[in-house]
Amino acid sequence: MARTISFTEATLEAMREEMRRDPMVFLMGEDIAKQGGIFGQFKGLPDEFGIERVRDTPISEAALVGAGVGAALAGMRPVVDMHFADFITCSMDELVNQAAKLRYMFGEQCTVPLTLRAPDGITKSAGAQHSQSLENWFVHTPGLEVVIPANARDAKGLLKSAIRSNNPTLYFEHKALFPRKGEVPDDEDFLIPIGKAETMREGGDAAIITYGITVGRALEAAETLERDERIAVRVVNLRSVWPLDYAAIADAVAATHRVVVAHEAVRVGGVGGEIAAFIAEHCFDDLDAPVIRLGAAHVPVPFAPVLQEAMYPKAPAIAAACRDLVRKVR
Amino acid sequence: MTHTLTPDAPLADSEISLARALLQMMIRVRVLEEGIERHFLAGEIPGFAHLSIGQEAVAAGVCAALRRDDYIASTHRGHGHTLAKGTAMRAMVAELFARADGMCRGKGGSMHIADFSIGMLGANGVVAGGFGLVAGAALAARLRKTDQVAVCFFGDGATNRGPFHENLNLAAIWNLPALFVLENNHYASTTETSETMKIEDVAIRADGYGIPSQIVDGFDALAVYYAAGEAVERARRGEGPTFIECKTYRVRGHYIGDPERYRTKGEVEAHKSDDPIVRLQARLGPTLSQQEFEELWGTAKSEFADALAFARASAQPETGEAFRGAYEGDRDPETPHGAFAVREEAAFAPFFTEVPSAGTGSAH
Ligand SMILES: Cc1ncc(C[n+]2csc(CCOP(=O)(O)OP(=O)(O)O)c2C)c(N)n1
Ligand SMILES: [Mg+2]
Repeated sequence: MARTISFTEATLEAMREEMRRDPMVFLMGEDIAKQGGIFGQFKGLPDEFGIERVRDTPISEAALVGAGVGAALAGMRPVVDMHFADFITCSMDELVNQAAKLRYMFGEQCTVPLTLRAPDGITKSAGAQHSQSLENWFVHTPGLEVVIPANARDAKGLLKSAIRSNNPTLYFEHKALFPRKGEVPDDEDFLIPIGKAETMREGGDAAIITYGITVGRALEAAETLERDERIAVRVVNLRSVWPLDYAAIADAVAATHRVVVAHEAVRVGGVGGEIAAFIAEHCFDDLDAPVIRLGAAHVPVPFAPVLQEAMYPKAPAIAAACRDLVRKVR
Repeated sequence: MTHTLTPDAPLADSEISLARALLQMMIRVRVLEEGIERHFLAGEIPGFAHLSIGQEAVAAGVCAALRRDDYIASTHRGHGHTLAKGTAMRAMVAELFARADGMCRGKGGSMHIADFSIGMLGANGVVAGGFGLVAGAALAARLRKTDQVAVCFFGDGATNRGPFHENLNLAAIWNLPALFVLENNHYASTTETSETMKIEDVAIRADGYGIPSQIVDGFDALAVYYAAGEAVERARRGEGPTFIECKTYRVRGHYIGDPERYRTKGEVEAHKSDDPIVRLQARLGPTLSQQEFEELWGTAKSEFADALAFARASAQPETGEAFRGAYEGDRDPETPHGAFAVREEAAFAPFFTEVPSAGTGSAH
């Protein structure tokens, strides 16, 4: 059985279920308890779990993440809300030098079961300091897991897995996804395994490998291509960007021979580059055309709507890339 | 120390023209922000906007004590600081409207207004983002042996972040010509300050770094001006930083569209009498006729109307502008940055489409 609920509600269910299941799970963040989070993503939780376990905090991101790491070392499962993903920058030492390194550096004496919820992405002219997608920094930092839901189902399954994971896990949730509705399984033990991609749509002419909000844009592109041009495109939703599901990537190349990698984060130095390089190294013989990478332009996100909407890839750009690949070999 | 209102004593003759200037500035800020609120709600201003209505005495009082070549750094709530420092209303309103003639070419918006021609180092989308900028600008003034000062405006919430502590200490040990101006409006977005700190007066934090502090009635523009003036003189004399805590109150929501579930209407009403404009008008008493008072409003309203017309007439930024401006050289295709900008623009150009105008009520 499944129900249709919003992405926000899916994350609330995930936290509710995990907090009931494990008394070690607790939440910290700015404006989350009394206000319920800026996107309503914590609404009602203090009623059930109290303000000891759903904690409002000062504007002290370094302390939140740092204390999250400490509490995790001491056996808790903290979920820390970053308010906006952009403010992770205020807690980089805690995340990169502490959380990511401790298990390895201390010879596996400890684990850091910390989850960071980080609302990210471009929406509503939030401007350069409230619009970024920063996942690639953390993919590049050994010791962290990075998951990025594309829909309500992912939101629930990935958040539950992130909370249960014994590794520090960043959970990037695109701000524009919060109100979107989708089907979510009823099963309380529904989890999405970290590191497993999902094929959202089959097709043999090309594959779009993507994640997060760009999955929806890729599906839209694939539908247009199928309907108008009879081009059949496979869409792979990575769901985790670290660990990456390299097997699913290789399968997609083997099945379609033409690949577009797409994300909203800046293309230069982005996760797409890792995927394209992996394909070049390991799947070269399966390719009929060079991999195309799509991502935001290498500029801060501008405020003006005309500028903002001009600098990151949406369905038409993704469809055009697929079309180019298919034309190359037809 | 507790928050006490200074008695609204009658003005000395020598204070009247100063008080009028402060009143005029506060009215300009008020008219500007009421205008921003209207046009935001009408859907003409995209993004987020945070108003300082009720807090104008701080911006007006501090900036009146500054020179054009002094520096200020502001917050997400920066319209007042920027106007009071001397920016043109036209360029600011055009920026909020995301137009090409905006002070940041439409790339910044309300949360990122800036005017370097008057030493305004920018509003900031990151709480406590200004402390380092001010410490650095003050350091530059010192190294270059000018007598400029740098002023950091910030909220109570910002004082819980590390950069506040690190930069206060730095400014203290290096005796920097800096002024730290806290606008304690008792809230950090939805959270009452009493829930995030154990102290009533944030100024005692400055004591911990060896920085002299003053607590002033933040609704009293003259009191703010005197405190700032003294601190600025100290800084110019090379005697180091000062911390000024202005006790104030944010009458509007945290952002335009804030449902304000965290406080009662009664609480906001109770602050009506604290209105810094009402307070200063009362203090001017018969020295300012009702007609003169209305003229101040009239002038500010015409200024806003002119700025609004300017903003509306200004073009949308050219789409190619999205790809340029991050680096020096990126407008010149012969440079590496410029050559890359050309490639980026070409990659996106086939997909440029008309964009619907601003939405309203963003959650923030
Ligand atoms: C580092 C950082 N954390 C959180 C936020 C979100 N945020 C924006 S304004 C604000 C409250 C700021 O309160 P205060 O410093 O008291 O300024 P006020 O809004 O009262 O003027 C918060 C939490 C942010 N912009 N930057
Ligand atoms: Mg405040």
